[in-house]
Order: sequence, then C-alpha cells, then structure tokens
Amino acid sequence: MARETKMDKQKMVVVEGSYAVANAVRVCRPNVISAYPITPQTHIVEELSKFIADGEIPNCEYINVESEFSALSALIGSSAVGARSYSATTSQGLELMHEVLFNVAGMRLPIVMTVANRAVSAPINIWNDHQDSISQRDTGWIQLYAENIQEISDMTAQAFKISEDRDVMMPCMTCMDGFILSHVYEPLVLLEQEITDEFLPPFRPERILDSKNPLTFGAFADPNFYTEFRYQQERAMQNSLKKIEDTANEFYDMFGRHFGGLIDEYCTEDADIIIMAMGSIIGTIKDVIDRLREKNVKIGLLKVRAFRPFPAQAIMNVIRDAKVVVVLDKNISLGMNAGALFIETKSVLYNTDIDVPVIGYMIGQGGRDIPMSTIEKIISDAEEVMRSGIKVESQFTDLKEELV
Amino acid sequence: MKSISLLAPGHRGCAGCCDAMAAKFTLMGAGEDCIVVSPTGCLEVMTTPYPETSWDVPWIHSLFENAGAVASGIEAALRALGKQGTKVIAMGGDGATMDIGLQALSGAFERGHNFTYVCIDNEAYMNTGVQRSAGTPYGASTTTSPAGKVSFGNPRLKKNMPAIMVAHGSPYVATTSLAYPKDMIAKVKKATEIEGPTYIHCHAPCTTGWGFDTSKTVEVARMAVQTGLWPLYEVEDGKVTKVRKIGANKKPVEEYLKMQRRFKHLFTMEGGADEVAKIQAIADKNIEEFGL
Repeated sequence: MARETKMDKQKMVVVEGSYAVANAVRVCRPNVISAYPITPQTHIVEELSKFIADGEIPNCEYINVESEFSALSALIGSSAVGARSYSATTSQGLELMHEVLFNVAGMRLPIVMTVANRAVSAPINIWNDHQDSISQRDTGWIQLYAENIQEISDMTAQAFKISEDRDVMMPCMTCMDGFILSHVYEPLVLLEQEITDEFLPPFRPERILDSKNPLTFGAFADPNFYTEFRYQQERAMQNSLKKIEDTANEFYDMFGRHFGGLIDEYCTEDADIIIMAMGSIIGTIKDVIDRLREKNVKIGLLKVRAFRPFPAQAIMNVIRDAKVVVVLDKNISLGMNAGALFIETKSVLYNTDIDVPVIGYMIGQGGRDIPMSTIEKIISDAEEVMRSGIKVESQFTDLKEELV
Repeated sequence: MKSISLLAPGHRGCAGCCDAMAAKFTLMGAGEDCIVVSPTGCLEVMTTPYPETSWDVPWIHSLFENAGAVASGIEAALRALGKQGTKVIAMGGDGATMDIGLQALSGAFERGHNFTYVCIDNEAYMNTGVQRSAGTPYGASTTTSPAGKVSFGNPRLKKNMPAIMVAHGSPYVATTSLAYPKDMIAKVKKATEIEGPTYIHCHAPCTTGWGFDTSKTVEVARMAVQTGLWPLYEVEDGKVTKVRKIGANKKPVEEYLKMQRRFKHLFTMEGGADEVAKIQAIADKNIEEFGL
C-alpha cells in the first residue's frame, strides 16, 4: 500500500504543469539542454529557455537544435563528456528520435527526457494518448508515467538519480499526459534547490570522453560481442527495478511525498475488481472508486508508474487474489486489437499459478475525454465478467459506431 | 606539426585506404587535445572493431546522420563544464556529410558551434559496396548508378559542398587532397584554431570503389588536382583567399579517368568521348573560376 503523502500546504503554489517540470529540471542543475519545440511540450522548453536567459541555471548551455533527431543526438555528445543532459519532446518528435533512443541506451548515457504524451499521426492529432512513448518501449529507456503535476515534478529529480546510478546507467523518459498535465494549473510544492542538491548528487560518470584519458565510445561490435552488450542492458534494466523503488522511498524521506515506486495502489487490499492504468486518468479512477466504495463495490486501483522496466512481480503480488483485472490503455498495438499494458500484464501471468481473468479497454485515443461514466460502465462490464466469464477480451471504448 | 600518429597502425582498412590517411593527417593537424566524432562509415568500422580501437584520442560514433549534432553537444558541454581548449572534430564520409547527415551539419554550422568538420570524400557509399552519393562525380559507374546500354553512369554533377558550407557563414572552409598532406595538415591546424564552425573537404580516392591499384592512392589524388577537377583553395569569411595553382603541371582529364575502373565505360562505349569532353568542361570551368 502506498505511503501517506505529506504535502506541505504552506509551500503550495499554483503553476502550470510545464512550469513545474521546467523548475524541476532547473533545480537538478543540468549542464546541457537541447530541445526542439513541439506541442504540447513547448511550454517546458520555453520556460527553460527563459531560465537560461535570466541566468537562473548556472553552467548550462541551451542548444536550439533544428530537429528532435538532433536534440537527442546533441545530448549523446554532451552526456558522453560528462554533462548532465536533458530534453523534452512528444509524439512526432519522439518518433523522429527513435533511432537515437536506441543509441543513447546502448551507450548507457543517463539522459532524462520529459515526454508530454500525445497521439501520433495520421490523422494528425495534438491531444493526449500514450501511443508515442509506448511505441518506444523496446528502445532501452526507463519509462515512468506521472499521475499529476506534483508527481511529474518530483519524478524529474528521481529520474536523474535512477538513471545516473552506477548499476543502472540507462536513460529515462518521464511521461506526463499532454495538455491534461502539461497545460493544467494545479497546486503543488515546487522542488527546492537546497533539498534537491542534497537528494541528487552532481553527475560524475565513471567514463567520459577526455583527451587526458582517451576512450572509444560507440565501437562496432560483431556477433562475438553484440549479445553481451544487449545482456548488460537488460541487466541494468533489472537493476533499475530496485533503484526506482529505493529512490521513491529516499525521496519520501527527504521531501515527504510519495506517489508510488514501480506501482502504486489504491483500495486494493480486499478488491475483487482491480483496474490497472497509467497517467492522469488515475485521478478519475480514484474518484470513481470512492463513489463505488460507498456502495460497497469492492474495487481497487493498480497504478502502473514504471512501464519499463516492467514491474511484473509487483503487479502479480497485487492482482493475485482479485476476481477480475481491468486494464486501461491509451494506446493500441495494431493487429493485436489490444493495448500494450494489457498485453504485457497477460504475458506475465502466463506460466504462473495466478488464474485471474484480464480484460482490456483502449480508451482516450487522440485525447477523447474519459468521463467517470465511462469508467463506471467498464466496471459494470467487469462485474459481468465476474459472474459469467469473459465475452470480449479487449475492445475500444466510447466508439462512435455511426462514424465507422 | 606533430610527427607521431594518433591513429594507431593495425586498423582494418584496405591497403591504400584513403580514410586512414585522411584521419591521420587530420589528427596531425589537430594535435592530441581533441575529441573526435565519426558518423557511421568505413572509418568507424575499420578503426573500432570491439574490443580494439585505433584511436589515441577520445572518439565517439553515434549514428550515420548525426555527427554534426553530436559534435554540437560535445562542444556545448565542454563550455558548460569549463573545459575550454579541447578541440572538437567531426570526420565523416561524403554520404554522411553531403546526404543523410546534411541537416544536422547545417544546424550545427548555423548555430555557430566551435568545431571543425572534415569530410573524407571518396565519392560514393563505400561502406556498403560502391553506391552513388551526392559526392559521386558525373559519369562515374557505381552499383546504384551503373553504366549500361543506355547509361553513362552517374548523370549528375557532384554537390558543391564547400560552397554550401561557405553559405552557412563559416569563417573558414578549405578543400584538401591526400596528395598534399602538408597542405592538409596546415589547413586542419588553421581550421581548428579559428573560432566557430570550420569545414575541410578532403578529396580521398578509394582504391576499392574507384578501381585502381592499391599503391596508387596518392597518384590518383594528385591527378584530380592537376586536371582541375579538384581545385585546392581556402575561403575565409566568404572570400577565396588562397588557391593552389597548377600552371604547367596541368593534365587532361582523360589521364585521370583512365586510371580508374569506374570511368572505364567512357572509353569503350559509343559516345563516350562526348562524355569525357563534358568532364573536361567541368575541369576547365574550375580552372577559369579559381584561376588555377
């Protein structure tokens, strides 16, 4: 069960989500920021540019690159010489980075990047879903998903700490729902410089490009060696499972806030129905749960905070005794008629002794609103599954039949 | 000029390899306090077969098309970290420079990063065979622009890459040739000492791709200069400041073309003489334009 979050109401301010992220990046003391503007990420990099223009981030260079491809490529260079390096992007920009994402992970460069999640074209659509980052799941980046702007702010500092750990050294995407979080104004406690300095030590990588001690980065590895590089990447990902948990706990000890480690739970202890989801929809689901719990519906929430590495064991521990699991996905793996979280959850259960029905829904595609009534409808479907088994395993919700 | 080589012998380049020579001359000009970025290509593959490396300077390869951006990041980071003095050099082939990597290179030059880019122009995609690039000259037969019954090979002129880099406002752009190592070393040294993004375009004959004996790399390179097909010049702040004259050493292009298998069809096919004349016209235009 999640720890109680102590929020210091005295220190709360109301700011835009993008500002919260930019401020968090600022206090993490980056040395190089490189980004290309794209909606709905733009406000983050605008705020960072302003900080730089006002001299509020010492020893930091902002590179106005000509594309997202170059944004991340520039950070390969900066991170390799020992600079703490940051970018932000979304949607098409993230897809354009695809090849570079693999390269960053393969060279074990702990770059942190905020993804303001957005649908991908065609048709072009600027609103929120998770297709962009989910499409990058196999690139070797840690992926964390935030529920609200307090969490994305706090997650930013945690991400640097996780990525830069010597047993990890893997890049991290911190994902926030585009517009829903990036453009919303909410009260939060901004990360403070002094305590963040205490939490996050300076970036001192073991190996850098330095003419006094020449090293070769990004060598060519033939079949005799390539497998071992891939194995070590996977091992680093597995190491990050514990590091993500530990970092969330350390953060709680210092800042008094905790939004979960790999996962978080809400009302799961006695739940017959457990809903799994990621991102800002968590808030809506919690409200629905509160309402239904008053009517004695035994329902709980499993918030997935880390999608990569996939928290298989943590998920199994929570859903073991449920009677039905409902997975909500703001993405689809086309040709599978299912979302990624649904597919992964089912796959970790196979070959285990856990025999719980799992159903999936593809929701909120391209920013379609997900009202509480949609969640309630899904829960009544789940109740039907409890009674009479699975009829439809995975489906779209709120589909306008008249348009298709 | 340092006489020691910062590119260790024992790399996996072909006999007579142009890349090895170009890299060696570049490092002789830059000195040991530098960081080198290479895009994907022959140079990268032949010098860094893990767990071996030929580089006695810090070196990084990322991707085929991003050397300009990676160099930008290195240069910016060195500034942020207060590590001034270390030179940043990117060294890539014609494909990585003139085709797939042009955008990142253009962005880096437009932003004015302080680094030197060296294009090792062997006039085709040599790493995957011998395919046409924007550096492939008119009339050359490559595997993707082959001479055939109705084709004389590559139908396009070389992209004028030095002019493109001059147009970016670079304070220093120079052309070099493997046949003139002292000239190249001096130009690299000059380029790396000038503040801002500087560009060296090195003409680099490839024994495998062009089809000549492995002992002839330098001779072929020299002939390109002596025919006027590869003028050697420097451009400072947009103005041509220095040109290497060929004067009495001037040779007809036919002599250059006949040294190479990739132009062989021009001497066997009907109408080939007209094509050779077109190439001579390219050389004549260079001779006139640069006063060679």
